Parts: sequence; structure tokens; C-alpha cells
Amino acid sequence: MNEKQTGNIVTNGINSRSLWAEAWLRFKRNRVAVAGLIFVAFLIVVSIATLVLDLVTSNEIYNAYVVKQNLSLKLAPPSAEHVFGCDEYGRDILFRLIWGTRYSLFIGVVSIAIALVGGGILGSIAGFYGGKVDQMIMRVMDVFLSIPSMVMAIAIVSALGTGMTNLLFSIAVPQIPRLARIVRASVMSVKDREFVEAARSVGAGDFEIILKYIIPNALSPIIVQASLSVGAAILSIAGLSFLGIGVQPPAPEWGSILNAARTYMRDAWHISVIPGLMIMITVLSLNVAGDGLRDALDPKLKN
Amino acid sequence: MSFLSIDNLKVDYVTDDGIVHALNGVSLELVQGETLGLVGETGAGKTTMAKCIMGILPKRTGKIRSGEITFEEKNLLKCSEKELQSIRGAQIAMIFQDPMTSLNPVLTVGEQIAEAVENHERCGKARAMERAEEMLELVGIPAERVHEYPHQFSGGMKQRVVIAIALACNPKMLIADEPTTALDVTIQAQVLEMMQSLKRQLNTSMLLITHDLGVVAQNCDRVAVIYAGEIVEYGTVMDVFKRMKHPYTQGLFSSIPQINADVKRLNSIPGLMLDPTLDVEGCRFCDRCKYATEECRINHPELVEIESGHSVRCFQKK
Repeated sequence: MNEKQTGNIVTNGINSRSLWAEAWLRFKRNRVAVAGLIFVAFLIVVSIATLVLDLVTSNEIYNAYVVKQNLSLKLAPPSAEHVFGCDEYGRDILFRLIWGTRYSLFIGVVSIAIALVGGGILGSIAGFYGGKVDQMIMRVMDVFLSIPSMVMAIAIVSALGTGMTNLLFSIAVPQIPRLARIVRASVMSVKDREFVEAARSVGAGDFEIILKYIIPNALSPIIVQASLSVGAAILSIAGLSFLGIGVQPPAPEWGSILNAARTYMRDAWHISVIPGLMIMITVLSLNVAGDGLRDALDPKLKN
Repeated sequence: MSFLSIDNLKVDYVTDDGIVHALNGVSLELVQGETLGLVGETGAGKTTMAKCIMGILPKRTGKIRSGEITFEEKNLLKCSEKELQSIRGAQIAMIFQDPMTSLNPVLTVGEQIAEAVENHERCGKARAMERAEEMLELVGIPAERVHEYPHQFSGGMKQRVVIAIALACNPKMLIADEPTTALDVTIQAQVLEMMQSLKRQLNTSMLLITHDLGVVAQNCDRVAVIYAGEIVEYGTVMDVFKRMKHPYTQGLFSSIPQINADVKRLNSIPGLMLDPTLDVEGCRFCDRCKYATEECRINHPELVEIESGHSVRCFQKK
């Protein structure tokens, strides 16, 4: 048959790669996304490095540079010795930022991952089955949405006590309804497409249809929303830390540095601007990387 | 020997705007290895019937009021979802109307064929992929393209992929819902020819839904003409094409444009199909029928066998 030959010509070479290899190829073409990914990877490396350093030196560096107060350097502006200056207790901002990476990034990413699993499951069940199930799940979500996320986080932490797990949980829970709504809407727009019906007619079960047909097709808005939520999560940690129920001082969490800096904003701009910029760049990087990932995973944009 | 039989099937769609009577007591029989053509205009209930057989009627709106669908001595309408899942794809498969939308855009065609196989045969992923390659070759697509995505195929090739999925588990029965509507004429001929030869190889029965009478003439053994949710004429291709009795069938045939007839306007059947939300007492076609009498408006005609294997639902039997 004619098409056989043309088929051969068209296909040479692109068959052998896996989905992820191909996604990576496409991801690489998007410069901005690569830059975002590199920055996020850099932050991950930094946080692992500080963890390892602390283990090896049994917190020596941490104690000497990150939390040790030196009031003679109080609010010192940026200089050759202290590139980003010092905070209100004379601690070097650069060190605090480096050591703070793991708190902000870890809590931000992990809490959104938890929220994504929770919201994803609830949203896809609600969207897929519709009717009473949908009503039940979404009305509960509405109740959650009606409570301001900060108030709910405070309530959760006060009920369960401070600590890393509870903090993660308190940031994840308020994000669940937001993500559930987006997943639900996205699933609903996909579930009536003909290929879902076609999948059913070759004997696929509900679980399989949701996992293989609906979620992958509904993923784009979810990825974007999740990467945006990481930024929101980092900011909520800051808020909770400010209230004294987040990351406990003197741990150098970015948000808590930022919050503490408010009082000194007029005298020492560097304490608020620099952590603020870090949060902004991190969130931006996560966003562009998430955006690029979405485009790379969409086979329709392949060529 | 009847293989699939539909008995007095009534289906309504319950919508906010009223109850739509999609099927009003349809009875049909399909013999093993035979092709039955189902012809009718848009909205006559063709696809509804196909979906009923597959058990994929929309749950919220679609309501089966009465009837039985017997497939190999099993009433499909009484089967549990689990049983249906094991029948769908393995015993009865369906080819969808529009190949552009009936393939999942994020899975490769190979994965989609393999999935149909994995659903029913307890075999490994590798074996299922091998089967996918075999199926692609069978429908005339080189096996190397198994790792490509649907958007990399042309329309005709996508339809072949859809057919490959439907045939992947050697189903005993194939429902083809307007398989060639989205294709151009040359590809249409190729696809139909391929379906015919596959059907012969695998001894599959086929329910071919179409509104193209040419397709029916070429491919079917028997034809059922459906109008407003009712079978109005049923018989062999010869019976229906040469000795049609129902005025609607006659109207259908006279609206085929003739190349050698010099006419300004094409023939059509006057009027529109009955509003499917209405309950009617008389014949559903009487408003558009030039032979209609008082009797047609009051009484509802039954499907009557007028010669062996040829039935018509009409009082006048022209």
C-alpha cells in the first residue's frame, strides 16, 4: 500500500525514544523554562548541601554564622564582607538565605504535593462521577473555601501543635479545595470527549479511564495552578512563622526574615528586599518550569 | 440462528426540555457473519441504538424504558457493569464516527491498541504491544509507527487505528457507527474494503450504521431503515433497494441525485422529522407522506412481513 512507504519515510528515528525522553527534548527548546528549572535545581542542591554540611560539622557552621547574634553588626548594610548585609541581630543575610532554602522550598513543594494528591483525588472523583457524589464533595470543599486559608492553618497548627509535619499539613489542607475545583473543572471538560467513550467501549474500567485518559488530558491547568500554589505556600509559611507557629526562630526561614524586616524597612532596605527577591525568583522559576513542563508533556505541541 | 437480537427496545432521553423518545420499540436480529445496515437520517436513533448495545448510554439522561438485547443468550441490559466490561471490546466492539476525537491525544496509538488487548487478555505489556504492531500492519499502517501519537496520522489512518483498536481482541460483533462519514471518498473505499476483508477473515458480524445508501449497497446483507426511532422497513439489500415499499424508503432513494437527469432542484422528502418529544398516535411519517389517509393519522402501523424476510411498517404498502 502507498501509505506504507510514506509512513516509513516519515517515521525514521523518532520512534525509539520514550515519552520522557521526548518530553525532555521539547523542554530543552524552551530557554526560559530551562532557566527556571536550573534555578530550582540549584536551590535543591543548595538545600541538600547545607543539610549535609550540618550533619558533617554537627551544626558548627549553622551555629557560628546562621544563628549567632552579633549586635555590633546590627542592621549593617551590604559590604564586601557581608554581601547582603546583616539583620537586626547582626546575622549575615546571605548565610541565613542559604540555610533557609531548605525550609522554604521543602515546605512549599511538599505541602503542595500533598494538596495535589488530596485535591486531585477528590476533584477527579467529583468531576468524573458528577451528580450526588460531586455535590457532596464540592459542598464540603465550599465549606473549607469559606474559611480563610490563614485562619484554617492557624487552627490546624493550634489543634495539632507546632512541628514540621503539622506545619506541612496546615499549609496543604487550605490548598486542597482550590486544587480540587480546578481538577474537577478540568476533568469535566475531558470526560465527555469521544475518546473516553471509545475507551469504555473496549472494556476499560472507571479507574483506568480516570488514570490514563482523563488525568493526562486534564493536566495542563493543574500543573500551572500547582506551581503557582507553591509560591502561595511559601508566603503562608512566612505568615505562620510571623505569628510564631510556623518555623520556630532562630531557624532562618525566608518568610520569617522578611516579616522580621518590616520593622526596619526604613533604616535597612536590604533585609526585606533581598529575601523578597529570593521568594519572587523562586516562585517565578517554579512557574516557568511548570509551564514548560506542561508544554513538553503535551504531544500535540510536539513538532 | 440469531446471534444478537434486539426486542422491542424503547429508549428515552430525559432532558430539562422534556422527554425525547429516541427509540420507540425497535426489534432487530443479526445473524452470525452477516452485515446489517442501519440507515436513517440524523436524529433517527441510530447511534442511540449502538450505545444501548454497548451499554454506554449517558447515565444521567438516557433511560431504557423496555426491551431486551440478547447477545449469545445473555440479556445485555440486565448485565452488571463488571460483566459488560468483559463483553465490551472482547465480544462486541465499536468503531466511532469521528476518528479525530475518538483517540486519546496523549497516548501513542500503540498504547491505545495494547490497552484494549490488556483489558481482556491476561498477557504482559510486551505481548500486548506486539499485538498492537500486528494490528497496525493488518490495517495497513507500518508497525514502526506504533510509537506515534494520533495527531501525527492523517484522518484516514486515524480511522484505521480506530478500527485496529476495535478488532484487537477479535470481537464476534462489530458496531460501526458511520465509520466513513469523516473520510473522503477514496479513503472511504479503502477503509470499507479493509473492513470487509477483515470481517471475512475473522468471521465477525457487523452492524453498519450509515446514512450513505451506496455504502449499504456495497457492504450489507440486510438493511433496516429507521425513522423517528422506529424500524420502518427491513429486509435484504435486494428487497429494500429494488422492491422498497415504505414511502420513506422511496423518498430516501428518490433524493439520491442522478447524474443523467436534468433537474434544477434535487428531490427531497417534504417536511422535517417529527419532534421526538411528542407522543403520537398514528404513523410517525404520515405528516410527510403523500399517501397518508385518515387511518394513518389515527392508528399506529405495525411492522408486517409482506414477503419472506421483508417487513414494512405501513398501511398502504405501496
